Amino acid sequence: MSKQTHSLLSVRDIAKHYGSHIGCTDVSFDLYPGEVMGIVGESGSGKSTLLNCMAGHLTPDDGQVVFDTRADGPRDTVTMSEPERRMLARTDWAFVHQHARDGLRMGVSAGGNVGERLMAVGARHYGDIRDKATDWLDRVEIAPDRIDDRPATFSGGMQQRLQIARNLVTGPRLVFMDEPTGGLDVSVQARLLDLLRGLVRDMGLSAIIVTHDLAVVRLLADRLMVMKSGHVVEQGLTDQVLDDPQHGYTQLLVSSVLQV
Amino acid sequence: MTDQPYNFAYLDEQTKRMIRRAILKGLAIPGYQVPFASREMPMPYGWGTGGVQVSAAVLTPTDRFKVIDQGADDTTNAVSIRNFFRRTADIEVTTTTAEATVIQTRHRVPETALHAGQVLVYQVPIPEPLRFLEPRETETRKMHALEDYGLMHVKLYEDISRHGHIATAYAYPVKVEGRYVMDPSPIPKFDNPKLSDCPAIQLFGAGREQRIYALPPYTSVISLDFEDHPFEASKANYPCGLCGAEDSYLDEVITDDAGGRMFVCSDTDFCETRQAAGHRGKDAA
Repeated sequence: MSKQTHSLLSVRDIAKHYGSHIGCTDVSFDLYPGEVMGIVGESGSGKSTLLNCMAGHLTPDDGQVVFDTRADGPRDTVTMSEPERRMLARTDWAFVHQHARDGLRMGVSAGGNVGERLMAVGARHYGDIRDKATDWLDRVEIAPDRIDDRPATFSGGMQQRLQIARNLVTGPRLVFMDEPTGGLDVSVQARLLDLLRGLVRDMGLSAIIVTHDLAVVRLLADRLMVMKSGHVVEQGLTDQVLDDPQHGYTQLLVSSVLQV
Repeated sequence: MTDQPYNFAYLDEQTKRMIRRAILKGLAIPGYQVPFASREMPMPYGWGTGGVQVSAAVLTPTDRFKVIDQGADDTTNAVSIRNFFRRTADIEVTTTTAEATVIQTRHRVPETALHAGQVLVYQVPIPEPLRFLEPRETETRKMHALEDYGLMHVKLYEDISRHGHIATAYAYPVKVEGRYVMDPSPIPKFDNPKLSDCPAIQLFGAGREQRIYALPPYTSVISLDFEDHPFEASKANYPCGLCGAEDSYLDEVITDDAGGRMFVCSDTDFCETRQAAGHRGKDAA
């Protein structure tokens, strides 16, 4: 990376312990604008802990998460005040949960779900909110006539796409994704990945994707980080890591993928 | 004192002191819900235990007390609470809004404009305006603290998308002094504008939920809305059948089983005063 580009997110020595058990430790990396970073590892390797620490859902025991804010430049989000962090979380950040139910309001219509972030940042014109919601439903391939239906009546894939629309409506710059394709069947996964890839490229989004599915990172991620037992064991360009794995665990991971 | 075993206005002095502290705090932070140690009252929850405790804490021997229930002075709830304080506090009671110094109310604000020196006490079932949107109390308190009120508009959005207009007709959320979002208790939204810039002190007591909140005199109270769907203080579009008033909130009364009905003022004192002054509606006997 050239010197003049500022990193969007700069993580330094993040550590989180659950008692004597290590959640994750000694994690440092930089994420540049427009870059997609994949984090892979087995269950319990600390990848979700790391993601939650970066997104402000968990407070790390140690380390810095410096985000390049629009207003004030680089700020450490760990020491930031709660209102500021919440403001970031509903403007410049987005968080896509593995289970759409965690990220959606199931009792509120699709339009209301998409509009919530707009209203949270001060939109007070019903017609405008509705137009934007319709536009976004269309972009994630949900028929506009479903706008007043509740997410409970949607299929799993549609719920996941609705969650993505709801998160991207305020034009965030950084998206955290926790297993976005988990629990979906393969054809739906493929469509979702295709959609995500399009959105990430069109909007110039930066994203951090946590997954255990190597195909997902192969398609979406520019760079890859492999975690085991709370430590980063290998990182580099996605193709490089997957095609020429150096660490023993990465080699195991890559060779474990079933070939059809 | 007619019933010797009771302290003035039923509650003991320490309890009243505790409630007054909550009221003062509420007045200092308009719209903020102050927790208080609600007592068991000799009536069921939902019948106004919060309002009664607030009334008991503010009543003095020289007060004139009025109780209304849905605007009426003569319903069971209103009569019982009035009698309760007549017995335990030996105070004067009245049904005339202008003469009362303390008015306890359920679901209405009197039609007659209140004046400085009066105290209006609301009975509140659910003080948390965000309750049905966010079930966790820890989270709603945080949302109040951080002024994170986007969710409130989601509720209004849902109303419009489902009904074509904001269908919330009572307990319509308001913003107090540009800060706290507050549930004005289940008054019809017709009464919402009366809360703003009111010369009287307004106190809200929720007994079961153990919360007190307050509006000091001349507080700005704005009903939430959308730019293209502005707030409207709606009422049934008829004149009162008894007194002919065009501008008061009306109850619909079914008069027979053949579809007969009439609309009458829900504020009985207002209606009777007008009738005594010679006003007549089309259904007046």
